[in-house]
Amino acid sequence: MPTESQNVPMPPTPKTGAGAAANPLTGPETMTGSGAILRSLELLGIKDVFGLPGGAIIPFYDELMSSTAIRHILVRHEQGAGHAAEGYASSSNKVGVAIATSGPGATNLVTAIADAYMDSVPLLAITGQVFSTLMGTDAFQEADIVGITMPITKHSFLVKRAEDIPATIAAAHLIASTGRPGPVLVDITKDAQQGEMVFTWPPKIDLPGYRPITKAHGKQIQAAAQLLAEAKKPVLYVGGGVIRAQASAELKVLAEASGAPVVTTLMARGAFPDSHPQHLGMPGMHGTVPAVLSLQQADLIISLGARFDDRVTGKVSLFAPLAKIVHVDVDPAEISKIRNADVPIVGDAKDVIADLTAALAEVTGGTAPDIADWWTNLNDLRERYPLGYSKPSDGLLAPQYVIQRIGELTGPEGIYAAGVGQHQMWSAQFIKYERPNAWLNSGGAGTMGYSVPAAMGAKVAEPDRVVWAIDGDGCFQMTNQELATCVINNIPIKVAIINNSSLGMVRQWQTMFYDGRHSFTDLNTGHETAMVPDFVKLADAYGALGIRVRTEEEVDAAIKLALETNDRPVVIDFIVSRDAMVWPMVPQGLSNSSVQYAKDHAPAWEEE
Amino acid sequence: MSTHVLSLLVEDKPGLLTRVAGLFARRGFNIESLAVGHSEIEGLSRITVVVDVDALPLEQVTKQLNKLVNVIKIVELDPAQSVQREHMLIKVKVDNVTRSQVLEAVTLFRARVVDVATDALVIEVTGDAGKTNAFLRVLEPYGIKEIAQSGRLAIGRGSKSITERVFKS
Repeated sequence: MPTESQNVPMPPTPKTGAGAAANPLTGPETMTGSGAILRSLELLGIKDVFGLPGGAIIPFYDELMSSTAIRHILVRHEQGAGHAAEGYASSSNKVGVAIATSGPGATNLVTAIADAYMDSVPLLAITGQVFSTLMGTDAFQEADIVGITMPITKHSFLVKRAEDIPATIAAAHLIASTGRPGPVLVDITKDAQQGEMVFTWPPKIDLPGYRPITKAHGKQIQAAAQLLAEAKKPVLYVGGGVIRAQASAELKVLAEASGAPVVTTLMARGAFPDSHPQHLGMPGMHGTVPAVLSLQQADLIISLGARFDDRVTGKVSLFAPLAKIVHVDVDPAEISKIRNADVPIVGDAKDVIADLTAALAEVTGGTAPDIADWWTNLNDLRERYPLGYSKPSDGLLAPQYVIQRIGELTGPEGIYAAGVGQHQMWSAQFIKYERPNAWLNSGGAGTMGYSVPAAMGAKVAEPDRVVWAIDGDGCFQMTNQELATCVINNIPIKVAIINNSSLGMVRQWQTMFYDGRHSFTDLNTGHETAMVPDFVKLADAYGALGIRVRTEEEVDAAIKLALETNDRPVVIDFIVSRDAMVWPMVPQGLSNSSVQYAKDHAPAWEEE
Repeated sequence: MSTHVLSLLVEDKPGLLTRVAGLFARRGFNIESLAVGHSEIEGLSRITVVVDVDALPLEQVTKQLNKLVNVIKIVELDPAQSVQREHMLIKVKVDNVTRSQVLEAVTLFRARVVDVATDALVIEVTGDAGKTNAFLRVLEPYGIKEIAQSGRLAIGRGSKSITERVFKS
């Protein structure tokens, strides 16, 4: 059968497991399937994995115990392993690895796998499966995890024979990390783990149907450059793909060569420095007024690794009505999925942006297009509608202030992992990001509980950086068990609970759109409540440092104490006002032109 | 809505059909017919799928199908440039009076009788949807007891093959 084979990426100095005498690159060696899983991971350059053992994966854990090349971190819930692997990958651009047993172990990974799928995170999930002879019989702890995860993985494999393990792991790693990255699941039966096989490396990867396109079509690049040179109101609409493609440096060159304004989506915060004068901030439902309105008024949008998510476009039929669209994405299926692209460009953002810059220089002869009128308009919006917040009328702490101070005192070299909800939006707005991979969040899936385990994973990948989990009181209660993992494994993350005693974003919608009927959004964790649980006592119980902050005067001291404490995790319970809302806001289903700067306050702007 | 015929060359892997069918279901695309069988190359299968969509979603269908790792090649077959056939087995009631009338219809439609009982015939007929439907209408008055129908099969006219094109490059 004619096929194409692809080479496996090889680390420069392959590490072998303890007791492995033979050089695996030169000669075949007999070992168990479990040994082959471990050796394959080692040869792929994997250094850290997150997981929790169970019956169907014990053979692999037996091998893992003796590995000196791979650090295994025992989580307290498999979802934590999944998000930790995501945080690891998103902060370092490496492949994150999560391991679980069959049945419930595997299904506990599902949320994290779905999350990684939505946000294109390179995640390798390895699960044990019951004996192949028992599959299909409803055996103990059997679940069809390959079937369950089909719609939420880039690809998945079931391995029933030990000899298939190296090629499968290598293929899974390749698929997860190339093209548009994403989660890949490898389900390995217990008999495949126990069976004997002859290990050789590198294995032949046989993926005739997998051919990610990376180099874009020259003609389309030319067309895009021509449009950019001629546009009077261009905007560079930057998405998470720019971070995955590690194309921030190229983006900066293109932005400066074109003089065009830049907006960075929730997934792309940090892809372009917030301090850069051409940066208008984040677009979308809770974007800045200048960013939202720049897209609405643009005559050209160059989308770079973004996917016209409904939270960015608002009502699609009314989105950017005057704009021509250049859509750059490594995934052809994203192009023209939501908004028809006038110039479709399939390719890796890093290469395409560099090519586009070169093509632009040829068209313009090196002088940036004159878009001074556009900037006058945008600068006026910036002056009139800066990001801001008002002090809560109940006299309690403003959550935005807390988050802003965390960012200011920690600085741009830190890593910030948010949960989902109001605190996530405030963290995207009020922390200033200057570099990619500093901001981690669950953008597409909106997974509450992402923050603590993702921060843990990021701290493992980047131990020298300060890593904050900025979490809500609701989110924190979903995955705080990983504080135990952090304490036991010496992973000193810092957790800031923005405790408004509510499922705050839902409460905000109830306030705005449901006549203030706060149906089941009260969590009783905050001001003047039973405070169940007491987060400071909880932190203490886990062996973390717990701090409670109620007033503005206490904020800086607590953050500084957290920054100085590196022998254990820190949890700061910031008791904040529950009435603070996220502004600006485009109400769901409406045109972005209806952006509200604050409650009942729409910006005045000229609609053409 | 309009129908399109896609010919998919796929790796013959466990769960492949689930992946394809699941993708259609999840993205809200409508499958009108589906036929799966071996291709001329060992280890590769060919799926002929008839989808009921407008032009723009069709582009989404093919792009999403192309993302499936086990899908090697997708080609849309233009009815004018391809041969398209459905295969049907029909069990029809007959008695001494109607048998000869049914047999006459069989001859007219170039169908074949493949099983005979005293009170029934099993007939196979091949053709495009227009022909098989017309045949069914003719048989209906005699009493159709059972129908088994294949999905539509399609292949491009002329000497070119999809597989050749895939593996030449």
